[in-house]
Amino acid sequence: MYELSVRSGGQAGDGIASVGETIARCFSRMGLHVFGLNAYQSVIRGGHVWYQARTGDGRPHSQGDGLDILYALDRQTVDVHAAGLRRGGTVVFDPEKFAVSASELPAGVTALPVPTLEFARKHTSQSILQNAGGIGATAFLSGIPLDILHQVLTDSFGRKAGDVVTWNLGASADGYHFAETHASANDHAVRKAGAAKLLMTGNQAIALGAAAAGLKFLAQYPMTPASGVLHYLAAHAQDFGIVVKQAEDEIAAINMAIGASFGGVRAMTATSGGGFSLMVEALGMAGMTETPLVVVESQRSGPSTGLPTKTEQGDLNLMLGAGQGEFPRAILAPTHAKDAYHATIRAFELAEAWQTPILLASDLHLSESHFTVDRDEIPLDLEPSSLFAVQPNGHEYLRYRYTDSGVSPRALPGQAGLQFIAGSDEHDEKGHLVSDTKSGIPRWVAERTRMMDKRMGKLKGLLANSEPLVWEGPADAPLTFVAWGSTVGPIRDAMAQLAAQGHPTNLLYFPTVYPLDPSAVTLAFGRAHRTLLVEANYSGQFGRLLRAESGVHLTSRLLKYDGEPFYPHEIVARGLEEMNHGG
Amino acid sequence: MADSSARVMPTPTGSALPLIGKSDTKPTWCPGCGDFGVVAAVEMAVKRLQIPVHNVVIVSGIGCSSNLPHFLSSYGFHAIHGRSLPVAEGIRWANHGLTVIGTGGDGDGFGIGVGHFVHTMRRNVDMTYVTMDNQIYGLTTGQASPTSTMGQKTKSTPTGVIEHPIDPIALALASGATYVARGFSGDVKQLADLVAGGIQHKGFAFVDVFSPCVTYNKINTFDFFRQRVYKLESAGHDPANIVAAFERSLEWGDKIPIGLFYKTERPTYEDLEEVLAAGPLALQPSGIKGRTAILDEFV
Repeated sequence: MYELSVRSGGQAGDGIASVGETIARCFSRMGLHVFGLNAYQSVIRGGHVWYQARTGDGRPHSQGDGLDILYALDRQTVDVHAAGLRRGGTVVFDPEKFAVSASELPAGVTALPVPTLEFARKHTSQSILQNAGGIGATAFLSGIPLDILHQVLTDSFGRKAGDVVTWNLGASADGYHFAETHASANDHAVRKAGAAKLLMTGNQAIALGAAAAGLKFLAQYPMTPASGVLHYLAAHAQDFGIVVKQAEDEIAAINMAIGASFGGVRAMTATSGGGFSLMVEALGMAGMTETPLVVVESQRSGPSTGLPTKTEQGDLNLMLGAGQGEFPRAILAPTHAKDAYHATIRAFELAEAWQTPILLASDLHLSESHFTVDRDEIPLDLEPSSLFAVQPNGHEYLRYRYTDSGVSPRALPGQAGLQFIAGSDEHDEKGHLVSDTKSGIPRWVAERTRMMDKRMGKLKGLLANSEPLVWEGPADAPLTFVAWGSTVGPIRDAMAQLAAQGHPTNLLYFPTVYPLDPSAVTLAFGRAHRTLLVEANYSGQFGRLLRAESGVHLTSRLLKYDGEPFYPHEIVARGLEEMNHGG
Repeated sequence: MADSSARVMPTPTGSALPLIGKSDTKPTWCPGCGDFGVVAAVEMAVKRLQIPVHNVVIVSGIGCSSNLPHFLSSYGFHAIHGRSLPVAEGIRWANHGLTVIGTGGDGDGFGIGVGHFVHTMRRNVDMTYVTMDNQIYGLTTGQASPTSTMGQKTKSTPTGVIEHPIDPIALALASGATYVARGFSGDVKQLADLVAGGIQHKGFAFVDVFSPCVTYNKINTFDFFRQRVYKLESAGHDPANIVAAFERSLEWGDKIPIGLFYKTERPTYEDLEEVLAAGPLALQPSGIKGRTAILDEFV
């Protein structure tokens, strides 16, 4: 087993994400699994940003803890990150920009000065290419063959002017050969492992899942970290035949999506907590009018504007309680990209089957990190079913007919003889409102109760059709981690570290955060010896939900709300503590 | 589960397509409410144009006037307050074979929903928006609205309104509406003509209607308007001239113009949205089955 982590850092505008993604893509093209963390700030130029690609012969589930190669485009990168380098590690930098002395680096870490600007000037007088030599040197140290690097670079430039590609290939080859002459590759340098894997963000996986599920209409207002969904689908709108609308605000976005769904297509909106706060009233309208809808809520650090480019799982309470009154909903919480693809399809199926809004809870760590998936892990083989559930049969059509399941046959505008009114007011089976002259009259009082029971009854069906809670790891482990969403990634890596140290642990996570089956939850926790709830928020929101729904009270909690994702070592340390206390 | 070949809109056979009529729900407006004239005009206009009733969707927000869809026999969406236009846009883009008519009040459209009003007009979405402008909040029992007159005393402004009213006609002209008209519910015949013209117009048609609230607005009454309105078509107004339209929109006092202020042609949003060139979205195939080449960009 080996693993290798490569980090590049600099100022926003230096092209760090592109440097980092190039290295990550070289790894995935060599058939290796990668986790790519893009750490940035809410600035366009300046500040400090970095990207870490972690790979190895296993499947990394998070950014991990170690660092082997650091490509520093500015001095601050050395100051911030050099201390994290493992023995045998290297700092790549250009001495023309700043100096790095061996004495300031951890023991066993080497400084490799690479004349990247000189290489750049060799090929063009334009002030571009400054990263190419550094990428070349970094690639050599990482064990990436030059031809793979050149393929990736050529592909990333696409149809751009030929000279730029030639210059980049030249300067990166200079850097590569320079490192080859002056240094040796890292002890954990990678080796080709098989067929190329796909490298994608959680947002791209969500967008692909939506398209596969038959999405025809997306309305969205830009907001980090959900904008990647908009960007991918906007770029492919023509090709996929999807209308992608940037709305004037999130209120318009969700209302447009509801209108489109009523009008006969599968529709979605995506946002983060701030935008979702604006969507709350319309979410209830989707519930009341029984209109299928998928809403992606990619959480970031709150409250208010919070930390726009940093992660958190702080919106669970909001998602659970969004909307006045009560209506059925489900909240799905994928843990990584492949999962996000399938969960999005599931969200569309549930929305369609139960005619109610389904929330897909993502967060910045899932939405914007890079993950590798194999082609067969995201099969594009779904045949979206027809939305037409009813045909005229001579009887009066009742859009909101009482049924055992709570689901009534749905007509679509344009179908003859099936006209109905979708009402945000309380209504009868026909759709006529009972909110004005009928309200308070005994017959209609009873009707209101019945209509509420019909809608809320769908929760039973949603529950029966939800993915159950998932166990991972040995059944009788002394410690059970409890989690939801992207936090599962770093926990998996922590479990591997603990297992390597002779401490088996297991994991219980919840692909469907809501609704929960109280008896299944109670039963599951009956199997656990000692538990540790791991959540990226201040108050342990999921723990509170578990307690409210099942009475299970998790008292040991590892909570984090500094905006940074969990690092495996934090979970390992706390896990060991818990197990030691447990005796 | 039906297969994708079932994704066709059922088409009724025979020549006599059912037309719009009243629903089995009686209007719940106060006796004498201006909105009776508006629902009558909308029904007349849609009927006159012989649009099959199942191809009509009337979308409203919240307020007295927003109950209108319940009183006609077409499809309807009675949405939340202020959001009729984004819902209507979504319906249009899902199926632009449908005739979409937005209805609502001045609070719904020019207060809480004014952002959507402006944006829907600049997009030139091919729909008709009829506002029943009574210059008061009626359903919440008489508070000032965005079009209430300066100085008007209401429950929320006991010493009089101190905000200048919105001019919906000028706002529509400035926002890019391609059909801008004003009607009066005391003249149902002209109003039906204006609404029918709006439905026939390719682009966003806005018809603001003086629709007096007989309970809470004692200033802008039927008599108030009967004494003041004059018809633009009788006054030599050229609806192709936007400068003249702006000038007419500023007239308020002893003489208030009604009729067609402005009409122009410009590509609609649906024209410019390339995905819709393949036909109504609801009738297009969906999914990306077998499109494995799209994954190549992730390699």
